[in-house]
Amino acid sequence: FPAPSGRVRAGRRLPSPGGVTARRGLARLGVAPQVTVRDALNQALDEELERDERVFLLGEEVAQYDGAYKVRGLRGQEDHRHMGFTGIAVGAAMAGLRPVCEFMTFNFSMQAIDQVINSAAKTCYMSAGAIPVPIVFRGPNGASAGVAAQHSQCFAAWYGHCPGLKVVSPWSSEDAKGLLKAAIRDDNPVVMLENELLYGVPFEMSEQAQSKDFVVPIGKAKIEREGTHVTLVSHSRPVGHCLEAAAVLAKEGVECEVINLRTIRPMDIETVEASVIKTNHLVTVEGGWPQFGVGAEICARIMEGSAFNYLDAPAVRVTGADVPMPYAKILEDNCIPQVKDIIFAVKKTLNI
Amino acid sequence: MDRQGHILNPHEDPQLPKELVLKLYKTMTLLNTMDRILYESQRQGRISFYMTNYGEEGTHVGSAAALDDTDLVFGQYREAGVLMYRGYPLDLFMAQCYGNTSDPGKGRQMPVHYGCRERHFVTISSPLATQIPQAVGAAYAIKRADANRAVICYFGEGAASEGDAHAGFNFAATLECPIVFFCRNNGYAISTPTSEQYRGDGIAARGPGYGLLSIRVDGNDVFAVYNATKEARRRAVAENQPFLIEAMTYRIGHHSTSDDSSAYRSVDEVNYWDKQDHPISRLRHHMLNRGWWDDEQEKAWRKSSRRKVMEAFEQAERKPKPSPQQHLFSDVYREMPPHLRKQRAALERHLQHYGEHYPLEHFEK
Repeated sequence: FPAPSGRVRAGRRLPSPGGVTARRGLARLGVAPQVTVRDALNQALDEELERDERVFLLGEEVAQYDGAYKVRGLRGQEDHRHMGFTGIAVGAAMAGLRPVCEFMTFNFSMQAIDQVINSAAKTCYMSAGAIPVPIVFRGPNGASAGVAAQHSQCFAAWYGHCPGLKVVSPWSSEDAKGLLKAAIRDDNPVVMLENELLYGVPFEMSEQAQSKDFVVPIGKAKIEREGTHVTLVSHSRPVGHCLEAAAVLAKEGVECEVINLRTIRPMDIETVEASVIKTNHLVTVEGGWPQFGVGAEICARIMEGSAFNYLDAPAVRVTGADVPMPYAKILEDNCIPQVKDIIFAVKKTLNI
Repeated sequence: MDRQGHILNPHEDPQLPKELVLKLYKTMTLLNTMDRILYESQRQGRISFYMTNYGEEGTHVGSAAALDDTDLVFGQYREAGVLMYRGYPLDLFMAQCYGNTSDPGKGRQMPVHYGCRERHFVTISSPLATQIPQAVGAAYAIKRADANRAVICYFGEGAASEGDAHAGFNFAATLECPIVFFCRNNGYAISTPTSEQYRGDGIAARGPGYGLLSIRVDGNDVFAVYNATKEARRRAVAENQPFLIEAMTYRIGHHSTSDDSSAYRSVDEVNYWDKQDHPISRLRHHMLNRGWWDDEQEKAWRKSSRRKVMEAFEQAERKPKPSPQQHLFSDVYREMPPHLRKQRAALERHLQHYGEHYPLEHFEK
């Protein structure tokens, strides 16, 4: 008999390898422990569930996909009643709870997008502040590996478009934990766009980042690497590619400043502007499609602001290919920005 | 009650006290009067849009009277009588339709999209049936709080065809929520008659498929609606399970001011329901039979209720609109973000310089 799906959980997570005790032990040795994004998310969820009894989890997911998921450790059947449980989460938020609503991937949020936009995003405004909706929608966004067109779309531009929503897009474990905690504590509806391929990736996490009150402010970008010749702006997994490209370019004497946006809406354009004023060159990098994308917005705002006068060359966007994501590996690899594409764009804008 | 207001089965008479019955009657008739005036005002271009409740007043007050004041109401858009029963004043109904400065909704929503936190009536939202799973989520929250509260969720038979309805019913049952689903089966979903809406036995018959205890009632019999809602509400809270009520009624008016129903139904059909089976008439017959009402009181009430509505209406028209400086940019988020603060400040400066070119006298200072 098939297992019931769409279960609501407010319980403990399953133990994951390298648990809390082991990490704290390493920290005492003065070694910053390596924590995977998945564990960081679990930490955040655990801490916030404990801190505020109004917080609860809702959603369903596949337990295993080459070992990639297991955030929350739930087993469940794939279920396309996303409209249903999304609406339930919104209603619970309207009644005073603080749901964290998980989408198996944000592709499935399209079925429920009316609830996210017309209900969650707009209700505070339409009710003139009487009905806040303190909800978090989270889940994997964008390209994964070999899941083809209907499971690989990036929704940063779609959700980033809407007033009433906040949209965050973590890269590192620190981002993941800090932004999820901030999102849960935020009284507005927040969309958190994670990345499936990052779940298993370990990052160093400082002692401070391990604390229960560690929160990354929504709306502040982070400079991951300082540089003087060109500004690379990115979000989510491509931030890692930018850093790789920067390492390669450094050997050729080109110093890239790599900015991790962390938040799509409200976007921290001030950090980007300050950087462009310094470097005079801008390259944006994103996994999503080019038209009406995150890079397009950055370029428009740079043009509208003071940094425009400091550009020595037009800004260049590096984006996913303007096609539905194909399945075959070699095709898929060439549809998302690779390190070589970023290097090429930098050299093009620097005219070298 | 039958159509002449006689109680059919004395065991099923809720034996409501006279004041309550009068309140039911006056609420229905006041709503009816308000509907007429506001419908006309749309026709005259004074408001942009309106939806009447003609013929369904019984479903509103019958159910509202059976609830506790703190029970949470999720409506679709044709439940103004529930809010009126809970004491929402005429001038606030008007303020919302006019989007004037008294509107607690700050002019954000189109007419008839009322909302009132104090009276536990969730702001009406246009997309159909989205309120159904939301009501379930709210009921879940209420269950967790272990309060003696229920949620009632109203929707039409057309909205019941939406996917959200299916999900809502199923989740209500599996999550064991204290919720009463109230379907107003009024014969039409805009122009779609029930014969084209479903082939099954209406909405009540779907309930058992989800594990919902379900009942079908005569929606034009206020006492029947009251009885069903009262019992459903009591058990929903006591047993933490959902109930489904399908109230059979008839939409006497057009779907909205954007609709002309003569395009898809006959005037005779509408007249039949208006004259032969109207919740207001049936209750009036009952009150007359019991000596609780007479023609004199009817005349006096009609005059005074119309006057009340006209007064509220004239006031609402005269009031200024919400100030853009204050209300255009607020509530997008709980706290106003910097870019909106900047835009608001820019608007202020602009109006300081060029204010005389704008009809600022129509807006609140």
